[in-house]
Amino acid sequence: MESLLLLVPVALGLGLLGLAAFFWAVRSGQYNDLKGASERILIDDEETKTP
Amino acid sequence: MSIVQPLPLASNAASPSGSALGHAIALPNGRFQAALLVPDVHCAGCISRIEGRLGRMDDVETARVNLSTKCLNLVWAGPRERMAEFIAAVEELGFNARAYTPDLASDVERARQNEWLKALAVAFFANSNVMMLSWAVWAGHFGAMGDATRALFHWISALIAVPAVLYAGRPFFRSAFQALSHRTTNMDVPIAAGVVITTAMSLSETIRGGPHVYFDGALSLLFVLLLGRTLDAHLRRRARSGVETLAAMLRQPVALKTSGGAIEWVQPAVIVPGDRVLVGMGERIGIDGIVVEGDTTIDTALINGESLPRRAARGSEVHAGMINVGQPIVVQSLVNGDKSTLSEMVRLMEAAEQRKGRYVAFADRVVGYYTPVVHALAFLTFIGWLLLADSGWSIALVHAVSVLIIACPCALGLAVPVTQIVATTRAMKAGILLKSETALERLSAVDQVVFDKTGTLTTGFELANTGELPETALAIASGMAAASRHPLAKAVRAACPQAEVLHGVQETPGFGLSWMSDNGVWKLGSNAYLALPDRFEAGTWLCGPEGDPVRLSFRSTLRPGTTQAITSLRASGLPVQLLSGDEPREVAAVAAKSGIWSWEAAASPVAKAERMARAREDGANVLLVGDGINDAPAMAAATVSIAPADATDLSLRQADAVFMHRSLEAVPFALDLARASQRIVRQNIAFSFIYNAVWVPVAMLGLVTPWIAALAMSASSLIVTLNALRLHVVRLGSAAGTR
Repeated sequence: MESLLLLVPVALGLGLLGLAAFFWAVRSGQYNDLKGASERILIDDEETKTP
Repeated sequence: MSIVQPLPLASNAASPSGSALGHAIALPNGRFQAALLVPDVHCAGCISRIEGRLGRMDDVETARVNLSTKCLNLVWAGPRERMAEFIAAVEELGFNARAYTPDLASDVERARQNEWLKALAVAFFANSNVMMLSWAVWAGHFGAMGDATRALFHWISALIAVPAVLYAGRPFFRSAFQALSHRTTNMDVPIAAGVVITTAMSLSETIRGGPHVYFDGALSLLFVLLLGRTLDAHLRRRARSGVETLAAMLRQPVALKTSGGAIEWVQPAVIVPGDRVLVGMGERIGIDGIVVEGDTTIDTALINGESLPRRAARGSEVHAGMINVGQPIVVQSLVNGDKSTLSEMVRLMEAAEQRKGRYVAFADRVVGYYTPVVHALAFLTFIGWLLLADSGWSIALVHAVSVLIIACPCALGLAVPVTQIVATTRAMKAGILLKSETALERLSAVDQVVFDKTGTLTTGFELANTGELPETALAIASGMAAASRHPLAKAVRAACPQAEVLHGVQETPGFGLSWMSDNGVWKLGSNAYLALPDRFEAGTWLCGPEGDPVRLSFRSTLRPGTTQAITSLRASGLPVQLLSGDEPREVAAVAAKSGIWSWEAAASPVAKAERMARAREDGANVLLVGDGINDAPAMAAATVSIAPADATDLSLRQADAVFMHRSLEAVPFALDLARASQRIVRQNIAFSFIYNAVWVPVAMLGLVTPWIAALAMSASSLIVTLNALRLHVVRLGSAAGTR
């Protein structure tokens, strides 16, 4: 049972990390254009940079 | 709610895109930020072309396309005037672009949606962790879990659940509080009450070291309901932004003639009486006034539904919303720009909205009966256990609260959003954008359908006797007609588009066209224009230097799918009517052609709105399908309204649904879909009542434990969701509407 004292905080900590990452993603505007994000994967990076 | 957003003021620049400058926002360090609306972007290729081109321009810091809102966001260093350069650059790539100030309302909506997303994430995190702990505790009831370990698990659950409920429950708490402070009730009241009571009771059990806590129940309720609502709101926002894009492209600046003679493009709102405005060929008149220069033909269909344009010369009064189909004219304003006919329509729309009153959603009405019954049962349980079982008040209280927990409206709260999600998706696939939250419900209640004529049922004119005309005459008529924007001229041109365009054609507004050929004058126009004797029937004639005049007859072209739509509406037992501002003869002809028996002509916008309001007072639920500015007040007064995508901005904004494909079959399709989804909503609500009828007595007897509550709750949510998914495969009456 002592292992719980370690494992429960570890599990919660990892979960909180994921939650924090999601909050960051929402705040940085990554959910403002879901349709665009799904299309942008098709754009070649070089193509837009080189004239 | 105001329907039309206040227009931004334009600055003083003498270029056609000068009005665009008003949309640029100054940032620190001499930089500017602005948004361009580019409605045609639809793929990765468009994004990379636009961003690639604009991103390479000097001093452009950011050029980013948002595909969901069809907006290009720009940040640049340097003068404000570069806006024109950017618009030109985008247009060079083959896209339409328009400077645009995003709606404040859509910003608010996005912020709220982000808040929901975060609440959803918190509920998901908390729910999965608490559920993990709960499973251990439930398993422990059958095995050997010590009281101390159980208490530890309960405490950890409480530490996760209490802050999570306070955070993720905020959207429900706020809405419930608002409803209660207006002395009404809505779906969120029992949800908020259930969540708070469940959490509070579990917390007190944790503190007292009791065996049963329901944190997982409260959290999964929040999670499931937030998921449903977030998806629903997301789809609705997509539909609204699609319509907003259409409408924004229609809001045009006007060309103000300054005292120096220069042209300045400004928003209509800044026009004062006496200002002179230039209206070019094919442009929409932006103000109310009198013509002071020029002689032209004006298409008034959007204002009064008349299908044929009329002449407007010096001294004629014109109104905002009419279209100049002839020569350029100068209009002198009679009123302030914000008091034009258009603004009058907006006022009528608002009045109609107010008179109509707020629509109370079906689920919210059901909850009005549901909550008192459940609370009475919980009270009965408390009294019953106290008196009959002779148990202490704390046990009686626990049992009473467990009634509230098991009756917590999970399936009920989910019944509407899941159905809406599936229905909205299916409508979107068929090209129908459902803008308003209660559109489906109101569509399902419709018991008569009223159509507008011009622009809704008819889309223009076509030449009816092409076959009877001599070929050379038709070729010359078509060659002459190419010079005019008159709808009849367009029809002649369309009948023989390959004919050579003739040069030197003169147009006499309101009468006809003339062309000087090598052997004499050709004339195309009315009897009066050709000076025909009385024995010739009134109509449109073509007459050359020699030979008899030939008559060109026209008929209105119906929107594709009109007869099919009317037939299928009538087959489903709905009376169909035609309500138009046009003259009786035209209306009767179109009614006969499209298969509508009942029609009313020469109806003013006020009369149309009045008719809708009267129908409502008689208890009828009318669906109005319209497109013009003159339909907008009636659309506000009708139970529910639909507009085609090529409608005016005012009616696009007013309509509850907009169909993107040209076919009118979208109307019966939308009605069918609405009825099917409302059937499923009712089934879902009935199911959640049956579910309560089974479980509430169990709870009253004190037999419910947390794992039973969790099982019952997830089973009911699953059934409601699966039932809603049936909408994807339900056959809808006119399958053709899905084209």
